[in-house]
Amino acid sequence: MKNEWPLWEVFIRGQHGMSHRHVGSLHAPDAEMAIKNARDVYTRRNEGVSIWVVEARHIAASSPSDKGPLYEPSESKVYRHPTFFDIPDEVGAM
Amino acid sequence: MYAQMIKTAGTGVKSPEEMTEEERKFQARVDANEKIEPKDWMPDDYRATLIRQIGQHAHSEIVGQLPEGNWITRAPTLERKAILLAKVQDEAGHGLYLYCAAETLGVSRDELTEDLLSGKMKYSSIFNYPTLTWADIGAVGWLVDGAAIMNQVPLQRTSFGPYSRAMIRICKEESFHQRQGYDIMMKMARGTEAQKRMAQDAINRLWYPSLMMFGPSDKESVHSGQSMAWRIKINTNDELRQKFVDQTVPQAEYLGLTIPDENLKWNEERGHYDFSEPDWKEFFDVLKGNGPCNTDRLTARQEAWSDGKWVRDAMLAHARKKAAAKVAAE
Repeated sequence: MKNEWPLWEVFIRGQHGMSHRHVGSLHAPDAEMAIKNARDVYTRRNEGVSIWVVEARHIAASSPSDKGPLYEPSESKVYRHPTFFDIPDEVGAM
Repeated sequence: MYAQMIKTAGTGVKSPEEMTEEERKFQARVDANEKIEPKDWMPDDYRATLIRQIGQHAHSEIVGQLPEGNWITRAPTLERKAILLAKVQDEAGHGLYLYCAAETLGVSRDELTEDLLSGKMKYSSIFNYPTLTWADIGAVGWLVDGAAIMNQVPLQRTSFGPYSRAMIRICKEESFHQRQGYDIMMKMARGTEAQKRMAQDAINRLWYPSLMMFGPSDKESVHSGQSMAWRIKINTNDELRQKFVDQTVPQAEYLGLTIPDENLKWNEERGHYDFSEPDWKEFFDVLKGNGPCNTDRLTARQEAWSDGKWVRDAMLAHARKKAAAKVAAE
């Protein structure tokens, strides 16, 4: 077990100027091999133009149980959305 | 179905009164079609069952490379060879997506591999049958991948996020597999008499093993009721098998090939085909390890694992050495 290759998370930029997006994970001995493996596992059909890999143990994540306290403050701030404001039709597109 | 006879952990479906507060909240999320993510709270039995199911599914993808790999060096044309290589490579990819999904539940890749190699975990019974002729490669793509798609399409909506996402990726790619299989069958069915005989022989041998892929009827099973309540099983085995037969019969007719079942008949009243059940005694025998290729398949995986050990170790040692040198230089 101790000689298992580390787990890497794989992020891929699609063709259309998008951000890198998480697509999955894989095992590899180092970053170079992780990118090569990611090429074979996640881009067999031209799914990407750029690959990021990061060792899974370096990712810090929010805890699901914090969901309430973490996001609650934004729930009461509807005025952050443009639809909160009524602008008369006469004003034209805005 | 690449996951068969998965034993659902636990004691069957609980009523809301029997559930703990956490279980009730969990079930409500599942019922609301919310996805459960790896760090969310989940019942231990849900986790254990999913590890079995996703693990077996992954093992099936990996072992499934063997019967097809058997024909890569003997494919009839360079184009067919390139296509078969691509398909077998996809199967490896599918296995990897699924192993990763299983690992999010807290099992390690090595544990999964060791459980396959020791026989503790199973793979689909279908891969214990041999691929004797080139027509078998056609029939495997058409029938075996066809049956797998029947099961995998609904599983895209499964409750566990990583499993669902793996299924979505797999389904996108699987359609190529089935079509390439049917393409081989079309070529053979329109070929010489000998080629037609070969195609018919492939269906004769692979039809019932394909029906077995869905597993025995689970109408009465309390376990499958729990898996359905958790939405890690979407349809009953009989529903999927019927759907597969209904879809496949016209495809066989188009090829001018005969499905080896005297009882196969359109039932106007039911709006489905009536068909014969496979020999379930044979199915259980294959699961027990007595199929034509069980020993071959497991031996091939064991050898790949033990023969590859020095490569895995060497690459890790090299990576550690490089990392240490980098730290020293900083």
